[in-house]
Amino acid sequence: MVEAKIGGIESENNQGKSGQGKSGQGKHDQGKAEEHQASERREFLGLLAGATGAVGAAAFSWPLIDSLNPAKDVLALASLEVNLESLEEGQSITVKWRGRPVFIRHRTQEETKQAEETDWKKLRDPQSDSQRVKNPQYIVVVGICTHLGCVPLGQKEVAQRGEYGGWFCPCHGSHYDESGRARKGPAPLNLAVPPYEFIKDATIRIG
Amino acid sequence: MTKKQEMTQKQTNKTLQNPILKWIDDRLPIIGLLQREYIDYPTPRNVNYFWSFGAIATIMLLVMIVTGLVLAMQYTAHVDLAFSSVQRIMRDVNYGWLLRTIHMNGASMFFLAVYIHLYRGMYYGSYKKPRELLWILGVVIFLLMMATAFTGYVLPWGQMSYWAATVITNLFSAIPIIGEQVVAFLWGGFSVDNPTLNRFFVLHFLLPFVILAVVFLHIAALHVTGSNNPDGIDVKSARDTLPFHPYITSKDSLAILVFAIGYAMVVFYAPNFLNHPDNAIPANPLSTPEHIVPEWYFLPFYAILRAIPNKLLGVLGLFGGVAILFFLPFLDRSKIRSCRYRPLYRWLLWLFVIDTMFLGWLGSKPAEEPYILWARLGTVYYFGFFLVLTPLISLIERPAKLPASISEPVLKTSDHPRDS
Repeated sequence: MVEAKIGGIESENNQGKSGQGKSGQGKHDQGKAEEHQASERREFLGLLAGATGAVGAAAFSWPLIDSLNPAKDVLALASLEVNLESLEEGQSITVKWRGRPVFIRHRTQEETKQAEETDWKKLRDPQSDSQRVKNPQYIVVVGICTHLGCVPLGQKEVAQRGEYGGWFCPCHGSHYDESGRARKGPAPLNLAVPPYEFIKDATIRIG
Repeated sequence: MTKKQEMTQKQTNKTLQNPILKWIDDRLPIIGLLQREYIDYPTPRNVNYFWSFGAIATIMLLVMIVTGLVLAMQYTAHVDLAFSSVQRIMRDVNYGWLLRTIHMNGASMFFLAVYIHLYRGMYYGSYKKPRELLWILGVVIFLLMMATAFTGYVLPWGQMSYWAATVITNLFSAIPIIGEQVVAFLWGGFSVDNPTLNRFFVLHFLLPFVILAVVFLHIAALHVTGSNNPDGIDVKSARDTLPFHPYITSKDSLAILVFAIGYAMVVFYAPNFLNHPDNAIPANPLSTPEHIVPEWYFLPFYAILRAIPNKLLGVLGLFGGVAILFFLPFLDRSKIRSCRYRPLYRWLLWLFVIDTMFLGWLGSKPAEEPYILWARLGTVYYFGFFLVLTPLISLIERPAKLPASISEPVLKTSDHPRDS
C-alpha cells in the first residue's frame, strides 16, 4: 500500500512537470497525457500486486516443500559403537546405522595387500586404499550400491563377491573390490565411507 | 461460449421432454452436454474394436478407484503394520481377498488396455493434426498411471515393494550435484522408511483423481476434433458417422464384456500369476533380493535403463523412452494418418511393437550377456524408430491411395488394402 501511494505521488509530480513544460499545448493533448499516465499507473499497480502475490506464494510454498525433507528426529545423528574383537580375519558383519547397512570387513592380509597394490589412479572414482581406511585391517563402508541403492552381496563368506573379491550388486551387476571401490558395472562411485573413528583398538564409533 | 454452441445447446434443451431434466438443464446445462457428447456424438462409422480400448481403460480406472477406496479403509500406512494389514485384508476382511486381487491385477489390466490404446493411436495416426494435444494429454495420463502404479506397488511393504521403492527413487540420485538432496527429499530421510511409505500412500490415493481429471480433458479434447478412424481421413458428411448411442455404446459394451471375462479369469484362476514371490517376504532394508524385477508394464523401460552402462545416461534413457512419446506428433512428418495407407511405415511400426515386447522380455532377464547386448540393440531401434525412421520415412514412402470418404470403403469393402 505504501509503495502504491508513493508511486501515485511520483506520477502526480511528473504530471505537474510535464504540464509546465508543454504549457502551450491544448486541452485535448493534456487529457490524452493524463489518460496515458493513468494507464501507466494502473499497469504499475498491477505489476506490484502481481509481484507481491508471487513472492507471497513462493514464501508460503517453502514450508510445504521443506516439510517433506528429513525431519529433525531423522536428522539427529545416531552414533553407533561396534566392538570388533570377535570379528576374525576374513569375516564381515553388517550393522544398521541411520537405517542403512554398514559393512565392516576384517580383511585378510592378502586382501589388504591386493587393495593397497591396485593401480587406483586409473579407476573411475580414483581413491587409494589408505584414503578409505583408518586401520588397514578393517574396511568400513556404507553397504549401498552407488548405482541405484541395492545392498550388494559379499558379506557372507559363501556369498558371491564379484570379479574383484569385494562385493557384488546383483541388481544391475556392479563389482566392488576389497576396498569397496567400484570396478565394473554401472556404479559410478565407490561405496561410501561413513564417518567413524577407532575409540579403542578394536572398537569403532560410527557417526 | 460461441453463438453456434449456444444454439445447439438451446436445441438440445428444447428437445428435452422430461420437465425435471429440462428444469435442471435450464439452470445447469449438464443434461444437454451428456446428450450431445454421449448420445448424439457423431462417431466415424468404420471404427473397429481397437477403438473400444479407451472405454475399457475408463472402466478400469473406475474399478481401480472403487476397489482402492474400500481397500484404503483397511490399510495401515506404517512400516511396522503395512505388511500385516495387507495380510489381514487377504484373510480376515470380508471379501478382502477379492477386492485386493481385483485391485492388484486391475493395474495390469489397466496398463494392458492403455498399451493397446496407445499402439492403436500410433498405427492409425491418431496423434496427428488436429489431435496433437489430445495425444499429449494421453501421454500425461500414461505418466500419471506409472507414478500411481509404482506408489501402489510399494504399499504392501514386501521385499519387492521396498526394493522397487529404493531403486526407483535412487534414479534421481543420477541428477548431477543435487541428486543426493533430491533423493533425501523424496524419502524424507536417509533411506526408504516410514516417511516414504506415508507419502507414497497419500500420492497413491491422490493421483487417481488427478488422472480422472486429465481423462476429462482428454475426452473434452477428443470431442472437439471428433474420433479418428481406421482410414485416418476426416469426416466429410453425415453419411460417414453414426450416433454414439446406441451404435458405439453397444459395440463398446461387448468389448468391455469380453475384456472383463479375461480379467475375471486372471482374478479367479491365476490371481498371483503376475506377482513376485519375494513380495510375500516382509521388507528387509539389509538384504536385497537376488533378482529385482519390476512389474511387466515397466519392463521395456527397465531394459533400456540396464542397456546403457552409464548411470546418468541410463536414467535419461528410461525417462526419455516415455518422454519421447510427447514429441511423436511433431516427429512424424507424413500427412497420411493411417498405416493402412503407409506401406513402409506400417512395417517399421510393427517392428517397433515387437521391439517393445522384446525389450520387455529382456527386462525380466538378469543383467548379463547376451541379454545386455540384445537390450542395446533393442534400445537403438526404440530411439531410432522415433528420432530417425519416423521423421525420414515420409521422404521416400509413397502412400497408397486414400478412399474418397469414410463411407465409400464401407459400402464396397473389396478393394481397400489389408490392415497389416
